[in-house]
Amino acid sequence: MSAPEAPFALSALLDLSRWSAVLGLHGLDAAALVGLFGHFLLLSMLAVGGAITTAPDMQRYLVQEHGWLSDAQFSASIGLAQAAPGPNILFVAVLGWNVAGVAGMLATMAGILIPSSTLAFAASRWLGSRREQLGVRAFTAGLAPLTIGLLWSTGWVLAAPVRQLVSAWLLLGITLLVMLRTKLSPMWLIALGALVGAAGWV
Amino acid sequence: MSDVTSPVAEQARAAPASPAELFRVFTRLAMQGFGGVLPIAQRELVERCGWLTKAEFLELLAVGQVLPGPNIVNVALMYGDRCFGWRGALAACSGLLLLPLGVVLAATVLYQQFAAQPLVAGALRGMGVVAAGLVISTGAKLVGGLKRHPLGRPVALGYALLTAALVGALRWPMAAVVLGLGSLAMAHVAWALRRDAAKAPR
Repeated sequence: MSAPEAPFALSALLDLSRWSAVLGLHGLDAAALVGLFGHFLLLSMLAVGGAITTAPDMQRYLVQEHGWLSDAQFSASIGLAQAAPGPNILFVAVLGWNVAGVAGMLATMAGILIPSSTLAFAASRWLGSRREQLGVRAFTAGLAPLTIGLLWSTGWVLAAPVRQLVSAWLLLGITLLVMLRTKLSPMWLIALGALVGAAGWV
Repeated sequence: MSDVTSPVAEQARAAPASPAELFRVFTRLAMQGFGGVLPIAQRELVERCGWLTKAEFLELLAVGQVLPGPNIVNVALMYGDRCFGWRGALAACSGLLLLPLGVVLAATVLYQQFAAQPLVAGALRGMGVVAAGLVISTGAKLVGGLKRHPLGRPVALGYALLTAALVGALRWPMAAVVLGLGSLAMAHVAWALRRDAAKAPR
């Protein structure tokens, strides 16, 4: 960041370096930030079935191509966002934060959200006014069963690291039973999972 | 909504009073969503608030899943838009994202201090197993939403299981399955709707 900056980039750079000093994160220059934003804009339109499906490409861009994160940092970012409350899309915010603090987080989150949200908004209006048309009905009713199947496969893939453990199957079974038979908040099950995991049983 | 073959013939029994209420409910459900918000969204919007029936939720999710971008953000956006236009979409999305974003960033900073602890790694693993169970049970609950499916529940369930087997067990690329099997299911539904319309014209 020693090259002379254009005035429009100056404030962003000042802001960045201040945050970098406070949080101990390495700052990027404005061009790199724009590149980061642009890459996530592109990924947004490719993220069919959830942003997590584009994680391999994020890894290629952030870790292999630019070296902004290590492999371990990348995996931990995703694990952490899944463990914390909130939508899984927040792993994108954690990645951006780990690359370049607040500016990085804004670049990745705005990039991943703006194109897909604009499209969803337009689609919602278009479909909303045509909900009873045969084509639209066939579209939504045709995809409904696949949606259920995709949820089951996501569960299957999430359980992949511990599928060989009997105790993990037991925990999975308890979770299913409680969710299908009671009105208990899933938060308690997550707490149970954390306890069982911390005790080293799964 | 007068069409008897409509998958959403059952109407939801309640609706949000204002964008502020949308914001509050989406914040509440996001903050309970450890390892993914979808199971909580189903519980809060369908079971607790009664804003959507199972079939309506499934329809929103089906569209949200096939559009690019994070599924739950798409669902929030489309539902918010349906209630209060762009103000509702903004309220639901920011409720979903704002507070959890603060929490996940705080967790990131904390995690950097405790990453090496085996207790923390174990707890993350245990929470992952429960998260898998939550997603699977959400899928199981939404099977109830197939009751009025134009293909009938058994056939629709067959499509769901086939999707789970192809994507989850055989690890076929999701885009290919959604395009291939999805188009087949849509054509099948369109055929069934035309057949029903010919049998019982209204």
